[in-house]
Amino acid sequence: MGDEIRVPIDSDADIVIARQQGRALAERIGFSATDQTIIATAISEVARNIIKFAKRGEIILSTTMKNPERGVVVVARDQGPGIVDIQLALQDGYSTGNGLGMGLPGCKRLMDELEIKSSKGKGTIVTMKKWTT
Amino acid sequence: MSKSNSKEGEVKKVAEPVRGETTAALLRELVAHLRQNRTQLRQEWAKRITEAKLLTAMSQEEIFAEATAVYDNYVEALETGTFEALQGYARNLSERIIPRGVETHEVVGIVLLLRDVLARSLFAKYQHDFALLNRILDAYEPAANRIANTVAVGFVQERERTIRQQQEAIRELSTPVLQVRERLLILPIIGVIDPQRSRQLTEQLLRGIRTNRAKVVVIDITGVAAMDSNVANGLVQTVEASRLLGATVIVTGLSPEIAQTLVTIGVDLTKMNTVGDLQGGIEEAERLLGVKAVPLSLIEPQTKS
Amino acid sequence: MEVPILKQGDFLIATFQAALTDEDLLQLQDALVARVGKFRSHGVIVDVTALDVMDSFAARTLRALAHMVRLRGAETVIVGIQPEVAFAMVQLGLSLEGVPTALDLEEGLAQLMKASERKGATFRGR
Ligand SMILES: Nc1ncnc2c1ncn2[C@@H]1O[C@H](COP(=O)(O)OP(=O)(O)OP(=O)(O)O)[C@@H](O)[C@H]1O
Ligand SMILES: [Mg+2]
Repeated sequence: MGDEIRVPIDSDADIVIARQQGRALAERIGFSATDQTIIATAISEVARNIIKFAKRGEIILSTTMKNPERGVVVVARDQGPGIVDIQLALQDGYSTGNGLGMGLPGCKRLMDELEIKSSKGKGTIVTMKKWTT
Repeated sequence: MSKSNSKEGEVKKVAEPVRGETTAALLRELVAHLRQNRTQLRQEWAKRITEAKLLTAMSQEEIFAEATAVYDNYVEALETGTFEALQGYARNLSERIIPRGVETHEVVGIVLLLRDVLARSLFAKYQHDFALLNRILDAYEPAANRIANTVAVGFVQERERTIRQQQEAIRELSTPVLQVRERLLILPIIGVIDPQRSRQLTEQLLRGIRTNRAKVVVIDITGVAAMDSNVANGLVQTVEASRLLGATVIVTGLSPEIAQTLVTIGVDLTKMNTVGDLQGGIEEAERLLGVKAVPLSLIEPQTKS
Repeated sequence: MEVPILKQGDFLIATFQAALTDEDLLQLQDALVARVGKFRSHGVIVDVTALDVMDSFAARTLRALAHMVRLRGAETVIVGIQPEVAFAMVQLGLSLEGVPTALDLEEGLAQLMKASERKGATFRGR
């Protein structure tokens, strides 16, 4: 426990690496096949946002514990343009990048916790957690 | 260097390690003692376990084998001050003994007994030097408490996990996915659905669709009294996910209240395939499958009203 | 990693690997659309059995693909979505609305055959 996996996100191939690492980690700490897929999907979304809006950044994967549950923590950080209105970004269908605007609100539904810290021009940190059970 | 107030002559080889006076040195002393008397002490402990009628679900040999393993892990935790190995062992032990009906109080009981057995042996050994005995006990006590705590907590956690698993298994049984004919599944949902159960039902159904190669699914919710918007959303997701696997879903037994909930959360009911009752749903399913309808009574006599 | 496209009679079959990058997906989209035109195919099957995750990008690309294929007079069927993947997709909010789906390759082919029977399509070999 406690180890961190850092995946630099530089190109769309890194999105695949990040989600595969996330799945493997989730499997190691006992998540079901469905939850592994859920976690991998959420990682795919935030990693793609990094590529799309910030060009590069990183995904940091780690595990945590809140007795008796174990959890996986996904941090997606970049030093891109930042999100001006976080509330808006979390609404279904809101997109400044002609996407479906499903990524962030979808991640909120997929994961148990999602928190966004962002400031304009400085970058974005999305932290997501999912607990076993 | 030595502040020991014991008479030098009596301390003999004991004096060496305790001279440092630190807790670490005292623990080292203690560990050496426990190692030296391993055989006798774990026998004593196993005997006390049997006398106290603990772990009655296990045989003498099993108790002795576990006692030995716990004893060694215990001494190691005292020596290294790290509890991971002990924690791991406690989990593993719990996993093995919980299915055999061992109770929490028994596990707490045996750890406290070990604490007692060891404390008594320390008394016997150091009674000649009360001050030293006190220091040894001062060093021993917190470590022993932590060990007891680690083992007990490990057990309780494992037990909770087991109970949760059992609950899940029971839930799984309580909503069968029925195959009434080739390519047709029925999922009769009865009772209260919370988000957890809703999720479980969906997973079960999706697996069922795949293994049975189902093309049509009838979800009957006649037996569901109410649904909050979360669960209603879950139902919509179940329908969508089933379609992604290539199966068409027909929902039957939709009460006006639930229909209202669905409309409120923005579901377009015309896009959902709904049929009044289960019989009608099956007929519709068979029409979709291109087969002749079979009376419901022949498929499932119990549900005939 | 390029996605192999197989021609089977009047149909095209593309089989996904586990880990497809966005680039791979876009390439596949172009290649399929081009070949539907070239071979005058009646239908396209995209087999995603091996795909580990279907995220918003993949879903959007598949929808666009189905749309473009339809504009060329052919149908697309997505086959082999795994139960876990489907579960995650709908939670994310992706339902591939308007895109036909089937359990597996066999079902997908049956579906396409039925759809194109009237058009006189033929399906040879397997
Ligand atoms: N890392 C980021 N840096 C800057 N802006 C971001 C970042 N992530 C998200 N955003 C902003 O939040 C909006 C919503 O993100 P979301 O992922 O929900 O939608 P999208 O990426 O535009 O579309 P989709 O994910 O459906 O393809 C984005 O359009 C963008 O404005
Ligand atoms: Mg996005």
